[in-house]
Amino acid sequence: MNLLLIPLLPFATFLLLGIFGRKYLSPVAGIIGTTSLLVSALLSLQTAYSYFIQHTGEVYTSIVAWKMTWLPFSQDVSIDIGFMLDPISVMMLVVVTVVSLMVHLYSLGYMKGDERFATYYAFLSLFTFSMLGLVVSVNIFQIYMFWELVGVSSFLLIGYYFDKPSAVAASKKAFIVTRFADLGFLIGILILSYHAHTLDFPTLIQRLTASDSTYLTSAIGSSFLGLSALTWGLVLVFMGGAGKSAMFPLHIWLPDAMEGPTPVSALIHAATMVVAGVFLVARLFPIYAISCPGALELVMWTGAISAMFAAIIACTQTDIKRVLAYSTMSQIGYMMFALGVAGYGGENGLGFTASMFHLFTHAFFKALLFLGAGAVIHMIHSNEMKDMGGLRKSMPITHITFLIACLAIAGIPPFAGFFSKEEILSAAWNANKTIYYIALLTAGITAFYMFRLYYNIFWSKDSSKHETPNDAKGHHASDHDGHGEGTWTMKIPLLILSIGAITAGFIPFGNFVSSDGHHLHLPFEITNAIMPIAVALAGILMATALYKTENDKSDKIAAAVSGLYKSAYHKFYIDEVYLFVTKKILFNLVGRPAAWIDKNIVDGAVNGVASLVMWKANLIKSIQSGKVQDYALYFYIGVFGLAVLAIYLVK
Amino acid sequence: MSGVPLTHIIIVSTLLFFIGAYGFLTRRNLIAMLMSVELMLNSVNINFIAFNKYLFPDNLDGLVYTIFIIAIAAAEAAVAIAIIINLFRNTRSIDAEDADQLKN
Repeated sequence: MNLLLIPLLPFATFLLLGIFGRKYLSPVAGIIGTTSLLVSALLSLQTAYSYFIQHTGEVYTSIVAWKMTWLPFSQDVSIDIGFMLDPISVMMLVVVTVVSLMVHLYSLGYMKGDERFATYYAFLSLFTFSMLGLVVSVNIFQIYMFWELVGVSSFLLIGYYFDKPSAVAASKKAFIVTRFADLGFLIGILILSYHAHTLDFPTLIQRLTASDSTYLTSAIGSSFLGLSALTWGLVLVFMGGAGKSAMFPLHIWLPDAMEGPTPVSALIHAATMVVAGVFLVARLFPIYAISCPGALELVMWTGAISAMFAAIIACTQTDIKRVLAYSTMSQIGYMMFALGVAGYGGENGLGFTASMFHLFTHAFFKALLFLGAGAVIHMIHSNEMKDMGGLRKSMPITHITFLIACLAIAGIPPFAGFFSKEEILSAAWNANKTIYYIALLTAGITAFYMFRLYYNIFWSKDSSKHETPNDAKGHHASDHDGHGEGTWTMKIPLLILSIGAITAGFIPFGNFVSSDGHHLHLPFEITNAIMPIAVALAGILMATALYKTENDKSDKIAAAVSGLYKSAYHKFYIDEVYLFVTKKILFNLVGRPAAWIDKNIVDGAVNGVASLVMWKANLIKSIQSGKVQDYALYFYIGVFGLAVLAIYLVK
Repeated sequence: MSGVPLTHIIIVSTLLFFIGAYGFLTRRNLIAMLMSVELMLNSVNINFIAFNKYLFPDNLDGLVYTIFIIAIAAAEAAVAIAIIINLFRNTRSIDAEDADQLKN
């Protein structure tokens, strides 16, 4: 029952703060939220300890710790709510609660004095609850419900500053784009459950992977547009995952989602929610890998393209949070194609382990990067790189932790990102050389743009120079002195996460998480590691040459490849393409005719009925004159009529 | 007495009835309307008397009914005049056109 407390504590906090927070609990809302999450995090760590460490036997099995049938449809199809423990869900429990705890702690300082402080914590708790519910789902429908719940909390938190039109637009965009993707997810669920006659995960996987299963035969047998129902189901489920994980071409909401408070970006749009898509594919991985390699290939290419694509855009962005957003997209692309190159069981499952490993390490260093960026934004009051520079002296702790995170994401040993990226690259090398080279190139670009970001924030200009724009803005200068680097509640999460970013890579991950539950020895060959390190170092050196001191070399290069630079700066015009498709094509060809039909035919019919009644009513209204004598006349006419009738009928 | 045939009497009473009905529908003065009603009642009385006398001379039913009707007409006139007085108190008029509260 302790297990159930892990998601239920944040939920209780959400109810408490959501209902009473703003009026009564505003000053202590942060403490309440953080404490309840601390308990949750400790319980998850204890769960992880007993699941992984005190474990006996060769294979990690999935345990359904608690289950309740919620909506039974028939004998074997029912929607259950439950709590499942298996290696990936236990790992996600730890990641979600730890990162969320860090963000709660950090927000104590970052959001201090905000008018809707309690509401903010209520939303954070709602998100944490939904995410925890998502990762422990026993049922594909349960995962869908929590999936929508994290979507809602993400929407609420992106639009937290609802008086800012850009934040409102961003939250709507995120909601609509992910909802569009979730439509695919829902259809996918329906297709899979229609053929497998179950919604339950273990049964679903068992029925759709066993080679002698009649369910599988039926799913493969029926086809639509040349693809089998199974492929359609898996591709549509992946579409939901791609939407949530901001994979190309459904990524357009993620950069805009940075309108939310920075700790929220760290929690939701970097470390936890956006990896839900990866988690979903990993959850159904046996079906993808065993029964439908075609769908898995799609996952691979989508991941690889997203990784490369986002990395190129990240090089040109000037808003530091947007750089991080694109870097998130790129890293999730890594996780996706790592799943894509993996097979089921044994050594083939390397990609699966590598993907989960990268998810794990990425959560630490990306949350760290965002929280560090948050500290910088907190001090500078701007997201733009040009307002920064030379901050390394005034923010030493942020500087060091940010550097650690940059090294980790760039894949420099011995930081965490190196190990996970290395596993992904070897998995790619074994499976598909093209993917390997894309990944290698992306790793170089990653190192380049991360250090571009790092130098632009912390080096570039002298500290004295960067004061000037601040002083010019008047009140910012005094704020600046007052804030300094932020409170200790903001520094501690940075330190804890940087410890994670250094050490997470040394965890023998293959012993814990693998595609089939068996221990997997992660191969580590020094020869394989040379190339990635060399590429990463090259990226870093290039960034050092261009950005360490203020100069115009980077501008010259940008001018030399102005076509590429411009299109990358404008995010390859994907937003414009979407606008074109929706505004010009969908609105004109579908929206306008539909609106016309609604206005003229549907409304016209209703209005027509109304005016017909009105017209009739006007006709007979004059009978009711209210004059006694008129009524008497009608009475006479009636009697006369009856008399005539009586005379002719009775006679 | 026997020189007057039944049809003549019936014609008189019919005329009387329709004059009453016409008066009831056209006069706007409530007192005049009340009088028209009395006319109609009396035409009925004439009918009763005439049929009793000419068709069933041995019975008294028609006469009895007539006396009933006269008594009721008296009571009805009292009630009607009371209503008219109350109406006059409210609207300062005994014109049927002014008593149109039923409409709203």
